[in-house]
Amino acid sequence: MGMTPDKVAYGTAARSTIEGAHTPPTDNDPYFRAMNLELADKGFLTASADALINWARTGSMMWMTFGLACCGVEMMQANMPRYDLERFGIAPRASPRQSDVMIVAGTLTNKMAPALRKLYDQMPEPRYVISMGSCANGGGYYHYSYAVVRGCDRIVPVDIYIPGCPPTAEALVYGLMLLQRKIRRTGNIDR
Amino acid sequence: MDDKLSALAQHLKAALPEAVRADQVVNGELTVAIEPGEIVRVLKFLRDDQTCDFKILVDICGVDWPQREKRFNVVYHLLSITKNQRIRLKVEAGEGDAIASCAALYPAANWFERETFDMYGIVFADHPDLRRILTDYGFSGYPLRKDFPLTGYVEVRYDDELKRVVYQPVQLVQEFRDFDFMSPWEGARHVLPGDEKAKGEAK
Repeated sequence: MGMTPDKVAYGTAARSTIEGAHTPPTDNDPYFRAMNLELADKGFLTASADALINWARTGSMMWMTFGLACCGVEMMQANMPRYDLERFGIAPRASPRQSDVMIVAGTLTNKMAPALRKLYDQMPEPRYVISMGSCANGGGYYHYSYAVVRGCDRIVPVDIYIPGCPPTAEALVYGLMLLQRKIRRTGNIDR
Repeated sequence: MDDKLSALAQHLKAALPEAVRADQVVNGELTVAIEPGEIVRVLKFLRDDQTCDFKILVDICGVDWPQREKRFNVVYHLLSITKNQRIRLKVEAGEGDAIASCAALYPAANWFERETFDMYGIVFADHPDLRRILTDYGFSGYPLRKDFPLTGYVEVRYDDELKRVVYQPVQLVQEFRDFDFMSPWEGARHVLPGDEKAKGEAK
C-alpha cells in the first residue's frame, strides 16, 4: 500500500503538488500570507479594478458550442466529469449572445463560413476564439478541398490555436487555461 | 447464392426483355445494365413483382468516365428484405441527357438524385425539386467530375471593409503534392540508372 492515511488529509491528494498538497498555503506562500495579514489587520482587501475584472472574466468563461466535426466530441468530453471544465468556471452556452468564447471545433466549410461569422458577430465584447484541431487551424486533411476554408482565421480572429487531429480533451483544457493566462496578461477595460 | 442471383437476372430478362442490356454476377453481386429510357419501368417491376420485392432503395450515385462517348453512369442499389437479395442497376447517360426520376416510386430517391445532380450535373427529368443539396449556395461546377480541379475555383475570406464573407479566386500558398507512399519492401521498384541492363539473376 503506497498510501499513508495518517499523514495525508482526506481530499488533499487531488490538489496540485506544486501548490503543496501536504501543507496549508499560509505556511509557504508569501503572497497568501501577506494577503492574510492585510485582511486580519484592516478587515478588507484592496485590488485594482483591472485585476478584479480580469479575475471575473477568467473565472467564468462561457463557451459557445460550435462542434463542426469529430473535434466536437473531444470538446464535449472536456466538459464531462473526467476533465470537468466547470471547476474552472468554464461552461457551455447554447446562445452566442450569452457566451464569451467560441471554440471552433472541426472542419469549417465554405457553406458554413458566413454562418460562423454571423454567430461571432452576435457575441458580446470581450469575445475570444479558440481554433481547435488541424482543420480549423489550417484546413488540415482537407486543405486542398474545393469546399473547405483553409483555416478559420480567414473568417474570425483567433486567440488560441490547439493542434491535433483531433486534439485530446486534455489539450483543449490546456488551451482554455492558456486563454485564461492570455486574458490575465493582456486584459484591460476600455475607458 | 450466385444461382439465385442468376435466376433473378433470368426472371428480369424474361419479364422485360427490351429493357435489359446485359447482366453479370461478379463476387456474388448481380449487376444489370439497363436501357436509359426504361429505368422507371424496371424499378417499378423490381419493387412490385412478388419474386423480386426490392422495397428498399439503398443508393443512387454517379460515375464519370471522361473517355467514353456517354460519359456518365447512374448506379442504383436495391435491397430486398424478404428475399435477402441485392441488385445493382447501371444506366448510361451523356452530358446533356436527362434520366427519368424515380422519386415517385421511391421517396428516398429524391435526395439521392439531388446529390447525383449536385456532384455530376446529371439531370433527372420530372424530379419534384432538383436543386443542389451538398455544395455551397451559388456553387458553380460539378465537383466529382474528373475534369473538376481538386481545389475548385473560389475560396472564402472575411472582408473587414465590406463586413461580410467574400469569395475570391483560389490562391494556394503551396501547390498540391502527390506523394509516393509505395515502399521498396512492398513492391515498388526503384531501379538505379544502369541496373536495367542487368536482367539476369546474379551468379
